[in-house]
Amino acid sequence: MSKDLKRRKERLDRGIKVRSEDIFALSSWKVMLYLLAPRVLPFVVVLGFILFASPYWKMVLVSTTMFGILAISWDLLLSTGMVSLGQALFFGMGAYIAGSLNHIWGWPLWITIPVATVGGGLLCTLLLVPVLRLRGIYFAMVTLVLPLVLVRIIEATRILGGTEGISGLATFQNIGEELGLSLLAFLAVLLGFRRLMGTDYGLVLQGIRDNDRSVIRSGINIYWFKAQALFLAGSVAAFAGAFMTHAYMFVGMPVFALDYSILPITAAVVGGTGTLAGPALGAFILVPLSEALRGLGALRVVFYGLFLVIFIVALPEGIFHYLQRRYHQFERWVKVEV
Amino acid sequence: MLLSTLVYGVVNSVILALVALGFNLTFGISGIANFAYGALYILAGFGSWMLLNALGLPLLVSLPAMVLMTALVGGFIYRFILIRVRGMVISEVIATFGIGLAIVELFRYFGLVGFKYSLPVFVDGSFLIGGVFLDLQRAFIVVLGVVLTGTLWIFTLHTKTGLAFRGIAQNERTVLCFGIDSDRIAALSMGFGGGLCALAAVVILPLGTISVDAGYDVLLQALAVCIVGGLGSAVGVIIASFILGIAQTFSAMYLGTHWMMIVSLVAILAILVIRPSGLLGKQKELEERI
Repeated sequence: MSKDLKRRKERLDRGIKVRSEDIFALSSWKVMLYLLAPRVLPFVVVLGFILFASPYWKMVLVSTTMFGILAISWDLLLSTGMVSLGQALFFGMGAYIAGSLNHIWGWPLWITIPVATVGGGLLCTLLLVPVLRLRGIYFAMVTLVLPLVLVRIIEATRILGGTEGISGLATFQNIGEELGLSLLAFLAVLLGFRRLMGTDYGLVLQGIRDNDRSVIRSGINIYWFKAQALFLAGSVAAFAGAFMTHAYMFVGMPVFALDYSILPITAAVVGGTGTLAGPALGAFILVPLSEALRGLGALRVVFYGLFLVIFIVALPEGIFHYLQRRYHQFERWVKVEV
Repeated sequence: MLLSTLVYGVVNSVILALVALGFNLTFGISGIANFAYGALYILAGFGSWMLLNALGLPLLVSLPAMVLMTALVGGFIYRFILIRVRGMVISEVIATFGIGLAIVELFRYFGLVGFKYSLPVFVDGSFLIGGVFLDLQRAFIVVLGVVLTGTLWIFTLHTKTGLAFRGIAQNERTVLCFGIDSDRIAALSMGFGGGLCALAAVVILPLGTISVDAGYDVLLQALAVCIVGGLGSAVGVIIASFILGIAQTFSAMYLGTHWMMIVSLVAILAILVIRPSGLLGKQKELEERI
């Protein structure tokens, strides 16, 4: 920080932003374009990508959307004041439910995925209900430990395929079906949750994050709301797990691995927490990037770690907030009047 | 059989206590949960291996040098990174987690796996204690654990820095009024934590090979002991390490080694559900649950 504060930076809304805030947005094409561009541009980019991508990169897009869903569910939990260091718990639960239903009873995937979604969400919520009262780092530690316990129990008791896992599961008919379904699910989760956070219900959730005691004082049962948020976030993450299980035709101990906990957090921190769109953006940056860096092997995880540190220290608001600010506002230096 | 399990259980308990002391010190003083702890542990292990084998330094030089260097690394992590997110618990956790991840996976990338990556024992040999053979390294660990705990106890109660540590732990703002620089103390606490971690590493690692995965396991062990004992409570850490250490050894003996880690993980969960402060931690009701 400089010692002599003669100038300071001032941020002001752009004129076009102010004009676009009301019904008058309909008055000019330019303003309408200003409003539409950031909403339509991502779709155009993704559609263009699908048209020209090779089948391998289409698979990458599928896993990108699934990691995006995981990151969004992490952000939903954070918006309710619950920090999860173990998104792999939800992911792995969905994966194992779908995998074992398909393997043991031979259910088709259009039954196993919905069952795994709801069942995984319910099961994780029930597992975490005893610790709903915990706050901050204490809740985070429970979520960090739970997937590790499950993995070691599977390893020790050799149930559900043990260390080898279950392979040869049913998969999608073709890449088009897989891609279409994953993109639809991703959009539904992103837009649905964004809409949800704008309603009164979402306001209560955010209130729990900001000041849980004042929410209690308003006569609202925060544990019931926290459990619901856990179920919502857990379900979509379990869906991602179930979907990936069928896409890879395999479920095994790696679904509880640290990767599925770290990547959503990194995506959310890089993209910008609290908006749901930020983590999605982060996932769309990080997953293709890590795929392009596949040749580096374990060094990829090193980069995740460094990304986390750099963004937490240098750009704690994340890319999404930064871009949003630059889009809506301009900055200028002004003299400080003493 | 029972006696040998008991003896090795005690040794295991002291090992757990040694591993957890540094983590507990940092958290107890500055409230920073150092998730890079396991990474510092293997950093000390591989670092002293390199000093010994690549540079050919004698044991008596390289081990203290590595302890000092790890302490410096801990201090630097605070001075350059954590100081910017101080007080934001979640950011602290994510930042230290990221640092730890980067260090551990960097070692994995270098492919440092194998029997040749092990530190030499200080003194070779073993002796008989109550009909159980115990090697001298394990005996040394027990002695060191006792000495270290005593030293730390005297340090925190009777030196100026130790008193400043306790002051910061109790009430940071009041301590600022006395002219104690809380950032300096917090950096020191990270440094001390790192140093203790490295000390634990150089005495414990000669028992086996240095493996990258130990980075995660050590962090979990330290977390388990500290949570069960009560984060920030020194007596609690010792009691908890004996409970967990003996429970681990018995479950490894009678159930199989797979269950060793499950014992500590389940202990974490049970304690967090029933009494998040831990056995001896002071209740900070509103910080931990509502």
